[in-house]
Amino acid sequence: MFETLLSPLRKLGHWVIEAIWRLGVISRFFVAILMNSGQSLLRFHLVIREMYFSGVLSLIIIVVSGLFVGMVLGLQGYTTLVRFGSADALGALVALSLLRELGPVLAALLFASRAGSAMTAEIGLMKATEQLDAMSVMAVNPIARVVAPRFWAGVLSMPILAALFNVMGIIGGYAVGVLMIGLDSGSYWSQMQANVDLHVDVVNGLIKSLFFGMAVTLIAVYEGFDATPTAAGVSAATTRTVVTSALVILALDFVLTAFMF
Amino acid sequence: MKRSIIDLWVGIFVAIGLASIAFLSLKVANLTPQSADKSYALYAEFDNIGGLKVKAPVKAAGVLVGRVSSIELDRKNYMARVNLSIDSQYNFSQDTSAEILTAGLLGEQYVGLVQGGDPEDLKPGGRIALTSSALVLEQLIGKFMTSFAEGGAAKDDKQP
Repeated sequence: MFETLLSPLRKLGHWVIEAIWRLGVISRFFVAILMNSGQSLLRFHLVIREMYFSGVLSLIIIVVSGLFVGMVLGLQGYTTLVRFGSADALGALVALSLLRELGPVLAALLFASRAGSAMTAEIGLMKATEQLDAMSVMAVNPIARVVAPRFWAGVLSMPILAALFNVMGIIGGYAVGVLMIGLDSGSYWSQMQANVDLHVDVVNGLIKSLFFGMAVTLIAVYEGFDATPTAAGVSAATTRTVVTSALVILALDFVLTAFMF
Repeated sequence: MKRSIIDLWVGIFVAIGLASIAFLSLKVANLTPQSADKSYALYAEFDNIGGLKVKAPVKAAGVLVGRVSSIELDRKNYMARVNLSIDSQYNFSQDTSAEILTAGLLGEQYVGLVQGGDPEDLKPGGRIALTSSALVLEQLIGKFMTSFAEGGAAKDDKQP
């Protein structure tokens, strides 16, 4: 009787301790990456190589989805704004919603599922095939050789991808609003320029994407490094990367927005 | 894959990123170099421009004929000086009048030009003398409220 009452409580305690323990491990892993990144920044070609895999290969998905998000914003924004007779404000609506929220957040979500999952799978498979252990045996620190270059490549790629997403979205909004619906092109740009501030909107959006890049790549490399070295373990780790990144991006977005705007 | 090809692609990637950031800061946030293809300048002075913004359209009979190039406060007579850049294919007479209108109830404000009857045309850099200010909704409501209150008070005076 007493035991049946206690066991749910015990489970709850175990769960909380486990969560805090994982948070501690991931923080120590983050510190280890920072401590070991000096070597990988000296051998910068490693970072460039990883930027190719995480950044350059994500270009197409970012360009296409940015264009479509901008086009949808143009259509939806127009149908709503035209009711209030202020369809001219479409440019401001598209630019502000992209720069402040949609650009950084959607680019980070796409980056997590396109590049983050690949990073986890790659590192997890390296672990499963004992390549990481082989490196340790050869006195090569796997964190410095494998993890840190991927981390910095992700951190550097994320703002570039977010900025590109914003530009493509604004062009998509222009295509729908001006070329398709026939709003005045000058009003589109002038309303945008009158309402967008360089520091508040553009720079803050890029700072956001820098934070998202750190969070996503840290989760991706950690999950890969921490994966159970089996086929099932790697697949579970890849899933965890995408799910955790998505949750962390959205939660972090709320916190950063509350501080910035 | 060869390292030189990877380097090239990453270089393209970073260049695209820098170009995007430049586009966002120059074209979207502000500071566009004005494209001055075939236009001439006019200016008009208004008592109150309401919410008129730089780059707002200038229309004559509803047709777009130019843009507002800059807005400043005249230091002598404290009127708003609005500089207009007009497409050079359109000429306006010397007694043209300018007014600030609103597209829709809450829409963007623009400058409307009404052609006069003078045979002489305005020269580049000329001043549009006849202007009427923007309709500020708050002032209009304020006037209505005071005239309403006065009307009510006058009625009260008559009654006893």
